[in-house]
Amino acid sequence: MSELKLNSLYQQLILEHYRSPKNRGKLDDATVSIRMRNPTCGDDITLQLRVDDDEMIEDVRFYGEGCSISQASASIMTTLLMERSLDDAMQIAARFTALMHGDEHAAKDRSLRDLRALQGVSKFPVRIKCALLGFDALQEAVRKTRGEPALEA
Amino acid sequence: MTMLETAAGATPLDVERLRRDFPVLDQEVNGRPLVYLDNAATSQKPVQVIEAIEAYYRSDNANVHRGIHELSRRATELYEGARKTVARYLGGVDPEEVVWTRGTTEAINLVASSWGGANLKEGDEILLSVMEHHSNLVPWQLVAERTGARLRYLELNDDGTLRLDDLDELIGERTRIVALTQVSNSLGTINPISEIARRVHDAGALLLVDGAQGAAHHGVDLTSLGADFYAFSGHKMCGPTGVGALWGRRELLESMPPWQGGGEMISLVERDHSTYAPIPHKFEAGTPNIAGAVGLAAAVEYLEKIGPAAILAHEQDLTGYAMERLQTLPAIRVFGPEDPSMRAGVVSFVLGDAHPHDISTILDSEGVAIRAGHHCTQLVMKHYGVSATARASFYLYNTRDEVDRLMDGLATVHSIFA
Ligand SMILES: Cc1ncc(COP(=O)(O)O)c(C=O)c1O
Repeated sequence: MSELKLNSLYQQLILEHYRSPKNRGKLDDATVSIRMRNPTCGDDITLQLRVDDDEMIEDVRFYGEGCSISQASASIMTTLLMERSLDDAMQIAARFTALMHGDEHAAKDRSLRDLRALQGVSKFPVRIKCALLGFDALQEAVRKTRGEPALEA
Repeated sequence: MTMLETAAGATPLDVERLRRDFPVLDQEVNGRPLVYLDNAATSQKPVQVIEAIEAYYRSDNANVHRGIHELSRRATELYEGARKTVARYLGGVDPEEVVWTRGTTEAINLVASSWGGANLKEGDEILLSVMEHHSNLVPWQLVAERTGARLRYLELNDDGTLRLDDLDELIGERTRIVALTQVSNSLGTINPISEIARRVHDAGALLLVDGAQGAAHHGVDLTSLGADFYAFSGHKMCGPTGVGALWGRRELLESMPPWQGGGEMISLVERDHSTYAPIPHKFEAGTPNIAGAVGLAAAVEYLEKIGPAAILAHEQDLTGYAMERLQTLPAIRVFGPEDPSMRAGVVSFVLGDAHPHDISTILDSEGVAIRAGHHCTQLVMKHYGVSATARASFYLYNTRDEVDRLMDGLATVHSIFA
């Protein structure tokens, strides 16, 4: 039983993204850069976006340190953001957050693509915040780009 | 070290019998019998403690030092009796030198704020170590900011011991206080406090010892340790959360201003000022954690019956066994002194590129509770260039079989991450 649960958590795709993250690094010409940390466990992610005047994401990178879930989640997230609008990005973040909180519909949502590999995290309540760290950074980056007040100092 | 000699000669614990005192241990987690190896964070509580707290609330509860009635008399007697029990555990110190606090953190804040606020000036120096728990760092940072005092640090050797060779250079005439932990919660290192105390006192400075791990896992005799202040928490030594104590030398405590005002801590209140109660009550404003004190006294009696030396010997046996077995894993890195007799029952490690959180989740799925993270010692993590470690920490009720369960779990980690 718990082994099954574990296998659903540590899917091959997640381990691959952990070992060889996509879009890892820094953007020299980022228009926004957000660092998010989880003080209780030390996960630490900086997300950088280059957003054009029409709110399209032209490029994205992330760097930082953390567990397999936080790193894989951020890595997969970046693969979905290229050439997408900020509205799309917020939509993905909302759907993924719903997935983490056990929403059945989100689990079937094809627009989440590889992010669905993280579905197993929803059964590990203490790890959900690891999976959401990159998305917290994304939402903060969108707010900042739009000149809205930050949620967290 | 005399404490260790006695530890080595102590009679082994009857662990199977002791385990029956801890109801929480008797359960399954994720389908497996619980293996609790997060004792450096907090220990489990024996029925003797749980029942003492329950009995207090069932039959003696009242406020202390206030009522003239029978229940208040009983509550006061239990509360002050608990102080005496704790004073005995600390090596037979004067109970009036024992101030109740919420725990180690509050005890250190009390000294930093009261003693530090009254005594530190610009240019004075506070010496800490890189090994300290955040609760023995941040209060000093706050008072340094307030007073203009300067913080200096004793560094770590790579084997997890303090770089004591630097001590003479770091302690100078500007040094007013040195604040060090007796036992490191992230490395397990037992520091040679008595030796350090001599050098601190030779330089005319004071020594505060963080005993959060020491009081629980090492035992303490304040009549010979050489500390001027000693802070500890009940919850790490079989007692309840929310209670602990500060011990301080009488003349120091008497010279210090109160740090919180309210009931209990005054003798006479007028419109513009008040006179304060004598120590220890001067530092105990407001209704205290009476049930906590009662529970902590029961915990102390429980530990005294087993004997701190026997507990340390047991922990060191488990630590030695765990270190031996861990070393057989590929890509393992174990932190802290190699010699188990130089540490209490704490083993921190990292394993290949498996992040400590992932290690902890996998172990938890097999019913094994450890801690993953920086353990409130970010300066230690920085020294070793890691962001987190996995930490197994033992107490009197742990067994070698449980270390084997830890190893089984680490085999699963290896199979997933290798
Ligand atoms: C060495 C050390 N110092 C201080 C503390 C703080 O203790 P508490 O949180 O009980 O105040 C701890 C435990 O968390 C510790 O291990």
